[in-house]
Amino acid sequence: MAAVLVTTKINGDTVEFACPPEETLLSVLRNRLGLTGAKEGCSTGDCGACSVTLDGRLVCSCLVLGAEAEGREIATIEGMADQDQLHPLQRNFIEYAALQCGICTPGFLMAARVLLERNPDPTESEIRYALAGNLCRCTGYDKIVRAVQATAKELRRPEKNKHRRKKA
Amino acid sequence: MGNDPSYTNQDFKVIGSRVKRPDGVDKVTGRAKYGADHNAPGQLVGLFLRSPHAHARIVKIATARAEKLSGVKAVITSADLPDLTNGDAAARDILENCMARGRALYDGHAVAAVAAVDEQTAKKALKLIEVSYEVLPHVTDVDEALKPDAPVIHEDMYTAGVDPRPSRPSNLYNVSEFGHGDVEAGFAGADVIVEKSYKTEQTHQGYIEPHACVASVSPDGTGELWVTTQGHFTYRSVCATLLGMDIAKLKVTSSEIGGGFGGKTHVWIEPVALALSRKANRPVKAVMSREEVFRASGPTSSTSIDIKIGARRDGTITAAFAALRYQGGAFRGAIPGMPWAMIGAMTSFACYDLPNVKSVGYDVVVNRPKAAAYRAPSAPMIAFAVESTMDMLAKELGIEPLDLRIRNAAREGTRACYGPVYGPIGIGATLEAVKNHPHMRARLKKNQGRGMACGFWFNFGGQTCTDLNIATDGSVTLTVGTVDVGGSRASLSLIAAEELGIPYEQVKAHIADTGSLGHNDTTEGSRGTFSSGMAAIFAARQAIGVLRERAAIMWDIPVDDVAWAAGHARARGRKHSKLKPLSLAAIAAASPTTGGPIAGHNESVPDNAGVSFASHICDVEVDPETGSTRILRYTVVQDAGKAIHPTYVEGQMQGGAAQGIGWALNEEYVYGEDGRLQNPGFLDYRIPVCSDLPFIDTQILEIPNPNHPYGVRGVGETSIVPPLAAIGNAISNAVGVRMNHVPMSPPRILKELERRDAL
Repeated sequence: MAAVLVTTKINGDTVEFACPPEETLLSVLRNRLGLTGAKEGCSTGDCGACSVTLDGRLVCSCLVLGAEAEGREIATIEGMADQDQLHPLQRNFIEYAALQCGICTPGFLMAARVLLERNPDPTESEIRYALAGNLCRCTGYDKIVRAVQATAKELRRPEKNKHRRKKA
Repeated sequence: MGNDPSYTNQDFKVIGSRVKRPDGVDKVTGRAKYGADHNAPGQLVGLFLRSPHAHARIVKIATARAEKLSGVKAVITSADLPDLTNGDAAARDILENCMARGRALYDGHAVAAVAAVDEQTAKKALKLIEVSYEVLPHVTDVDEALKPDAPVIHEDMYTAGVDPRPSRPSNLYNVSEFGHGDVEAGFAGADVIVEKSYKTEQTHQGYIEPHACVASVSPDGTGELWVTTQGHFTYRSVCATLLGMDIAKLKVTSSEIGGGFGGKTHVWIEPVALALSRKANRPVKAVMSREEVFRASGPTSSTSIDIKIGARRDGTITAAFAALRYQGGAFRGAIPGMPWAMIGAMTSFACYDLPNVKSVGYDVVVNRPKAAAYRAPSAPMIAFAVESTMDMLAKELGIEPLDLRIRNAAREGTRACYGPVYGPIGIGATLEAVKNHPHMRARLKKNQGRGMACGFWFNFGGQTCTDLNIATDGSVTLTVGTVDVGGSRASLSLIAAEELGIPYEQVKAHIADTGSLGHNDTTEGSRGTFSSGMAAIFAARQAIGVLRERAAIMWDIPVDDVAWAAGHARARGRKHSKLKPLSLAAIAAASPTTGGPIAGHNESVPDNAGVSFASHICDVEVDPETGSTRILRYTVVQDAGKAIHPTYVEGQMQGGAAQGIGWALNEEYVYGEDGRLQNPGFLDYRIPVCSDLPFIDTQILEIPNPNHPYGVRGVGETSIVPPLAAIGNAISNAVGVRMNHVPMSPPRILKELERRDAL
């Protein structure tokens, strides 16, 4: 079948690509656009390693077609830092050792950012349920939850973060 | 916290600090390159055709139609992989596991592979390959496989380790025995004897990153392989052997690794990807699907175990016996000479000081994928059986389970159940720490229970080769050949910084490709930080020798007058009192004119990795309506010898515990009557998610390993050993049912609750 021509916005940049109608957004990002930060762990929406946002909503990019990106806004892990300033979640994932192998990390960061945008003061339980669609096999989630808690606390006290250019 | 024996009381500067890992920014920004993130110009897509049958003769494979499809560049079967293993049975098993040779031995066994210009074409080509099968009888259960009427999988398999040699082939390929004393006499002297049989189902390591590689073989006989692996040097040797290449002419580069836990210590798709590349004369990228990972990359053994323990009234164990039946899939064990049940038998009673002990391992083949190592391989299952029986024994004796363990705990000088006499060990210290832990005094409600259990793992040293190079600005490159599976670049940089007396940030650790360093064994057996760390210490000390020589040249004094301390060369003696100390950077800056680059190197086999022990405490709540178990609180106490980077040591302890919790409660390979795997995906093979778990508390003890300059012991594996039994014991204390079948899933618990209520 003929390729579909798609115009979309990824991390703020207008992007054009052509892909077969059955190709997933994950495959487009990874294999056509060189954005390999989203990972393929299962291709069935069970592991969350391919998490990106589509118009601000968290999705598994393995369950979205590339063609569905037409006219939408996509955010991936590659756009999370503000140039050389890491997002507080990224900084705290390193600080709290919330990653071991790191393959799930981009997905967790995307999911955690969406959580904190919607709920700046989540309980431990709310964090755990918000991240339940992302599998991590290394950490037992302990340090991931702590990193998210620390970030939420930090972001709720913006006066302490004036030197940071970007908040959430 | 922990012990502080007199023989090591080192004053560390950076060891033990919680620095940021050097690969952190790459991994939180998506920049880190994993197995599937690499591409080669002109690469083809490699895909596999796999057997839908558990056991079948391959009558014919017709590939002509696939080969004729436009865009298909190579199709291969076992005919393209001649047997070059030269009598090496382990290598031949690997070859046959990579591609079926005349028979498919399990559901998912590869029978052919294609390389095509894109995935769509490769998928079409797979459909055009016609395979005629003659389905054969199969067996997937370890106990069924041992029955006299079971289908015999290998006609040439005669049990090893028994005398006389059996007259008929069977699925039992090895019997091994360990122990000492007189077990029968020990049981005769017991006041109480407890016997119980157990089963554990098969689990998968469950790394989130599927196997992936880019293979490129040139007609000149050289090749390159980019691959996610725990051991790129081992992959190189194995692939070169199977393909008839010179080992040195195959360059293997390890990608960042997205989890392995033992599953990436063995080759699966890599030799086939190389063979496809050789045939097509183009690079080939091969990535397993999640379904393929479950069906065709090695899970751990399912088991069936009998335990018998006898004790006197005062709680002194007089004898212990274990019979372990482990299936390793359709092949002999993955580690030559160390089949899975043998390893399990060795670990069986390693936590205890026993006068009479015997463990017998029965290694069995079934029609399942070839088993691979999974974190402390073979130990969690036997620990479940032994530690559950210990709790039953304590109940019979009217003794606290913890006190029974303390009374019988192994100590320095104890002869281990697998032979050696222990040096300084941490089992007693972990048990005392459990006794003193506030977790043990927390209140419990209805349907809640607390359990504890112990675990042991050997740890491994292995061949290691490391370089340390000092740049002219004084920054230091540490080049190691062990793959960084979870933060070892941070711990190894700390070690180099400690030795040289420079800040951590001045060291940059790299993982070398196989063309840049001598052979390094796979990162397994908790050896990464232990072995490469030891090699880094000795490489740094050699570099310090060079730095002293260069300082001597700069000062024009004898090298014996130069000492090294706190990152500086210092001239010894009153006659040199005017010579100001030279920093590492100053000596490095002068190196072009004092003899050239400054480097240190070490190649070694650091044995005596130092055995490791852990004790875990777990609180659960069992829902009597559904049989579902929730983990309320979890504490890991483990001896690390010396924690180089305590945060990442905690991470290993927490991660292993979480994997053990999944194994205990949910994870299980489910095979149908047809011998097909019914749950090859994360939806139905359910690993723990964030909302399943509480925070996992950790307590690191440091009982130094006398065989390591800093006292380090491996820390990566032991934490998966106790959880199965700790949870089983907690469930028993919560609702009064003794679970003897793992996973302790809701249906199994409900069945036991119904049986309890029917009494």
